[in-house]
Amino acid sequence: MKIRVHVRIIPRTGLLDPEGQAIAHALSALGFAGVGDVRVGKAIEMTVEATSPDAAEASVRTMCERLLANPVTEDFSIKVERA
Amino acid sequence: MTRVAVVRFPGSNCETETLAAVARAGGDAMLVDYRETHLRHADAVILPGGFSYGDYLRSGAIARFAPVMTAVRALADAGGAVLGICNGFQILCEAQLLPGALQRNAQQRFASRPVDVRIERTDTICTSDYAADEIIRIPIAHGEGRFVADPDTLDALELDHCVMLRYVPVDGTDAPYNPNGSMNDIAGLCNPAGTIVGFMPHPERRVDPALGPGVGQRFFTSLMSRIATGVAA
Amino acid sequence: MTAVAIAEPFPGERPVTNEIVREHKLNPTEYRAILDLLGRTPTLTELGIFSALWSEHCSYKHTKSVLRRFPVDGPQVVQGPGENAGVLRLPDGWAVAFKIESHNHPSAVEPYQGAATGVGGILRDVFTMGARPVAVLNSLRLGPLDDARNRYLFAGIVRGVGDYGNCMGIPTLGGEVSFAPCYTGNPLVNAMAVGVLREAELITARAHGVGNILLTVGARTGRDGIHGASFASEDLSAESQKRRPQVQVGDPFTEKLLLEASLELITGGFIVAIQDMGAAGLTSSSAEMAARGGVGVEVDTSKVPTREAGMTPYEIMLSESQERMLVVAEPHRVDEIRAVCQKWDLDATAIGQVTDDGIFRVVHDGRVVAAIPGQELVDGCPMYSPPAEESDVARSRRALTPAADARDLADALERLLDAPSIASKRWVFEQYDGTVRAGSVMPPGCDAGVVQVAGTSFGIAMTVDCNARHVLLDPYQGGMGAVAEAARNIACTGARPLGVTDCLNFGNPEKPDIYFQFVEACRGIGDACRAFGTPVTGGNVSLYNQNPAGAIDPTPTVGMVGLLADVTMAVPSHFRVSGDAILLLGETRGHVGGSAYWAEVLNTVGGAPPPVDLDAERALQQFLADAADRALLRSAHDLSDGGLAVALAECCIGGPWATKRYGATVDLGRHADTVTDAGWLFGEDGARALASCDPAHVAELQRLAHTHGLACHFLGLVGDADTDVIVQRDDRTWRWPVNRLRRIYLDAIPRRMAAAPSDAGVD
Repeated sequence: MKIRVHVRIIPRTGLLDPEGQAIAHALSALGFAGVGDVRVGKAIEMTVEATSPDAAEASVRTMCERLLANPVTEDFSIKVERA
Repeated sequence: MTRVAVVRFPGSNCETETLAAVARAGGDAMLVDYRETHLRHADAVILPGGFSYGDYLRSGAIARFAPVMTAVRALADAGGAVLGICNGFQILCEAQLLPGALQRNAQQRFASRPVDVRIERTDTICTSDYAADEIIRIPIAHGEGRFVADPDTLDALELDHCVMLRYVPVDGTDAPYNPNGSMNDIAGLCNPAGTIVGFMPHPERRVDPALGPGVGQRFFTSLMSRIATGVAA
Repeated sequence: MTAVAIAEPFPGERPVTNEIVREHKLNPTEYRAILDLLGRTPTLTELGIFSALWSEHCSYKHTKSVLRRFPVDGPQVVQGPGENAGVLRLPDGWAVAFKIESHNHPSAVEPYQGAATGVGGILRDVFTMGARPVAVLNSLRLGPLDDARNRYLFAGIVRGVGDYGNCMGIPTLGGEVSFAPCYTGNPLVNAMAVGVLREAELITARAHGVGNILLTVGARTGRDGIHGASFASEDLSAESQKRRPQVQVGDPFTEKLLLEASLELITGGFIVAIQDMGAAGLTSSSAEMAARGGVGVEVDTSKVPTREAGMTPYEIMLSESQERMLVVAEPHRVDEIRAVCQKWDLDATAIGQVTDDGIFRVVHDGRVVAAIPGQELVDGCPMYSPPAEESDVARSRRALTPAADARDLADALERLLDAPSIASKRWVFEQYDGTVRAGSVMPPGCDAGVVQVAGTSFGIAMTVDCNARHVLLDPYQGGMGAVAEAARNIACTGARPLGVTDCLNFGNPEKPDIYFQFVEACRGIGDACRAFGTPVTGGNVSLYNQNPAGAIDPTPTVGMVGLLADVTMAVPSHFRVSGDAILLLGETRGHVGGSAYWAEVLNTVGGAPPPVDLDAERALQQFLADAADRALLRSAHDLSDGGLAVALAECCIGGPWATKRYGATVDLGRHADTVTDAGWLFGEDGARALASCDPAHVAELQRLAHTHGLACHFLGLVGDADTDVIVQRDDRTWRWPVNRLRRIYLDAIPRRMAAAPSDAGVD
């Protein structure tokens, strides 16, 4: 079956995120008050051919570990559409 | 003397050589901080290259909200001369003073190299000292220089002769002549009046004949003579 | 035991046990020295401080006795070793600050951030001297590109180097990249920065003035890279892979602001001293500044701006968060300093003061958590002179020869040009902005980078070099050879060598064969520097470079700068005009031991590398500079990896963006006719260069060479564009279409990098 999977990749907590910092700065300069701790990551959506949603998730997890996320600097989460 | 404002945003890094290029061409070059709200009666403004705000989010996306941009827009609206070089071009597109957008290079890598570009229009504020269809070899250095626009915009740009610089193949080159995958090989644009211009190459890096052919110098001499003859506001 | 000064543990801090001492990589001798020095058990914060400053990286405990033998004096020396960077005198009140540093271990773990922060760190070392950085160079060594992990590291490192320098607006002007199996899992990333200053505006990192204020400027302190300095002195193993979350993230945008703010603070005379918070962060910067000035300091860690809540004094003292500076200033200047920093959107925060008791003291919320005699903290680490002995393996390697010569020498050249270590590095440096600042005199891909000093007629030539294979086979000759090659590269542009910075990358010094390599290579560097009048002004030592299969080849990277009196006279590397005469400078003796030809074509890393003739090298350097002064040369290119054939091919192929590729016809005739064909084409004798000139200048150049005692052989003529490169010797002729050579040379690296997706996984 074809399964839609959403991957969210975000800089690991505790690591400096200069991009997030610059955006927080800019938002406050534009008058958006109360913005703090902005972190910028990536969203990846894909269709995976798999026997079950669990199998799709396992496969995407391996993709994240090997290629999609940088295991040194990024955390990832996976959401599988279970129709 | 022609007064030219060169804006420094946090992260700009080509302002020194841009100021020097203006001065070499005989202009009165002034460095203007991004927090200033007026351009000190400048006849022209240049947004120089660099990485304003680290190019974070999208190049130019944060800079376009800097206080000085209100004055830049006012000068542009009044028909004044506005130039964006590299990051400056990206800012002008983000600010919608020029159409389209500059995206990550097709090869997904930074590109620093000479390119061959053809001067497609010589009636803009910075190209009058070049011959029609003249081809010059000039450096680029950018990670996000792939010009994209929707088909209608692209057609309109061509129809209105708004493509000012175009990457072209020349004999003997064995690197891709279009260095970033830009649509229609676009290296630089102008508005239909030729008063707002933006381009990826760096003419300010090729003005000193001691260091090689000074092919970029005429961008700045063109600007001076254009303003001196009062065509710009 | 009587305590010299009292400190109490920070609440919640673990008491110091033998286990914790071991975790901090302090051996029993060192811990004993700490107990004697303090007269009591250290607190955990103190132990962390000792472990940082007494790491190999900060203390040079295995190497200081050897480094002391480098020549460090000369009329051109403004600042020798011991400061953030070395400084040499240029004409008209100008000076050049430069330094090289390694970021090997961080780059092995996280290539992009590791390389980027390496560039960031070395730039800070230069601008804290009051110099504006004008160029970056780097020396990269990686495992072969047929391995996916090596491709991943290579791509990440190059992107990291490029992104940082590009964003800062500092041209990356050159360097070297080479590949060998020993660097798999332990890549080398050596970055060199060069800056320009008015000699009168030089500032040093010397705290003084009791009551003066310590301020941090720049980024906030986070939990990045805690224990990075001790990490840098450790074998890379599966264990260190697991400790990865402590990687540092670079922010070149903030660094650009920090650069501008620092230069404004220095040239405006607002501050007394400044130092980068590099390896071991606040600990090393504050302790070293105090020790150099012979004063004490008190740091209040509760005042340091942090990125996360609840950081302990231990974490704050050892954090390696990037883009931070420590500044010492007189109290009445603090407000002005804040104003300058504010102009650049940066924070400046007072965090301590200079004291008169010589104690390095850390307080947190009014509690003294560390109090250590400052001078001993910096200078008191026990020093080691481990045994040095060449291994049998190394001796037999030198006796090794290949079974037979290549059957086809024409094919051998093509294989050499396809070897990534020799092939064009266009794929690399097209990712580096090489023209920003508009002062670059030579395009990348030339023998050395040259930058004009703005507003003057002169320029600074710069290069980094090391033939690690030669050093492996004969560390003394290889050490001399690295300096000689660097000087040749400088001289080929027409410049005169001025001085050296070195980055000494070796394996575990506690192994006698490795320590032998270190001692001998340094002896070679020292002897060559003495002969050339190019003092060593500083540098960096990186030890414990090994992977599970063994140590890296000894790689003492030599960074050199030279003075080009008139930038309009700079000599490029490639042929430029058809019909020009081709000259070979220096004697060919046909040494093929240790050559790229043996390694890349005959799969033999062995033999004795060519002996270095320092007198001949000096004669060649002087000839090249004199010939450039008189505008007699159209091009000059040094002979190194791959010998004459590779140099000739490179001169014909042209620069990375050349639109013209020239043929050439060269007759080796009866010059040196005892030399074998392979020795002629691929031998790597030093003290040689390939030049081209207007045929009308041949006689004058030969007369000039004669006065320098230098051989100058007329070999032939530059051919027309797009023709063949032809080499004749007696009845033998080798012929290659130049466009075919160019394609091989340019495609070698991109072809390999396109081979398969790079793999971030660590398996």
